[in-house]
Amino acid sequence: MRSSSTVAAEPKGSADLFAALGDPARLRLVTRLCDGGPMSIARLTEGSRVTRQAITKHLMVMKGSGLVRCTRRGRESVWQLNQKRLEDARCYLDRISRQWDAALQRLRELVED
Amino acid sequence: MTTDRIEKKILLRASRQRVWRALSDSTEFGSWFGMKFDTAFTPGACMRGTIAPTTVDAEVAKTQKKYEGVPVEMTIEQMEPERLFSFRWHPGAVDPDLDYSVEPTTLVVFELEEVADGILLTLTESGFDRIPLARRAKVFSMNEGGWSAQMKLIERYVSHAQ
Repeated sequence: MRSSSTVAAEPKGSADLFAALGDPARLRLVTRLCDGGPMSIARLTEGSRVTRQAITKHLMVMKGSGLVRCTRRGRESVWQLNQKRLEDARCYLDRISRQWDAALQRLRELVED
Repeated sequence: MTTDRIEKKILLRASRQRVWRALSDSTEFGSWFGMKFDTAFTPGACMRGTIAPTTVDAEVAKTQKKYEGVPVEMTIEQMEPERLFSFRWHPGAVDPDLDYSVEPTTLVVFELEEVADGILLTLTESGFDRIPLARRAKVFSMNEGGWSAQMKLIERYVSHAQ
């Protein structure tokens, strides 16, 4: 878990990350990379109505926020998720989630009295 | 993976009437959640509660001091007796210098379901994807000293009271 002071120093980085995630096409790419592991653009484009160029553009935005990275495998580029950045995004919901956990425990104590 | 929605389920060993009262009575709701309301919950009502000060723990009180009396607004949506209670609000809206009223809200829904051992309460909060990106990022820096400290206080208060 990150301390508040660490996080407070990085609001811009976090906003970039959410911008990178805040697009249905990009979220679909994240889901595909999550489910299928590292893959090439050719495979990412398979079965999609989105063009290879559009997917490349999305991947570059996501790369810019550190959400995905790209490695060369022979002649093709293989894209994979950067799990650490994905965890940062989950962190926002996790915080609110923990607040609800604590609040619901209070509710339990009240009604199970 | 979703960034839009939170879902929680909790089994409460209490009667349906008891759970409903804890949710639908604004004083009872405030007592476990940590807010103070002057009026009753009714569908469509715009509730203006405040974060309550604490006398439980001086150290936490210091952290909490900057949020003391900060209004928390919520609009009651549905109240289906003993079955469903929902409202909209601005999650983590505790910075008095910011105007949250123009921003999208999240929808919080409590649903009661009778099971063998009691009441299965399902909580969902959804709509986070509509919250401005900059604000979502800001929650990272805000919550740790704010709401979670608040929750800790409530926990201590309740356990002392019993």
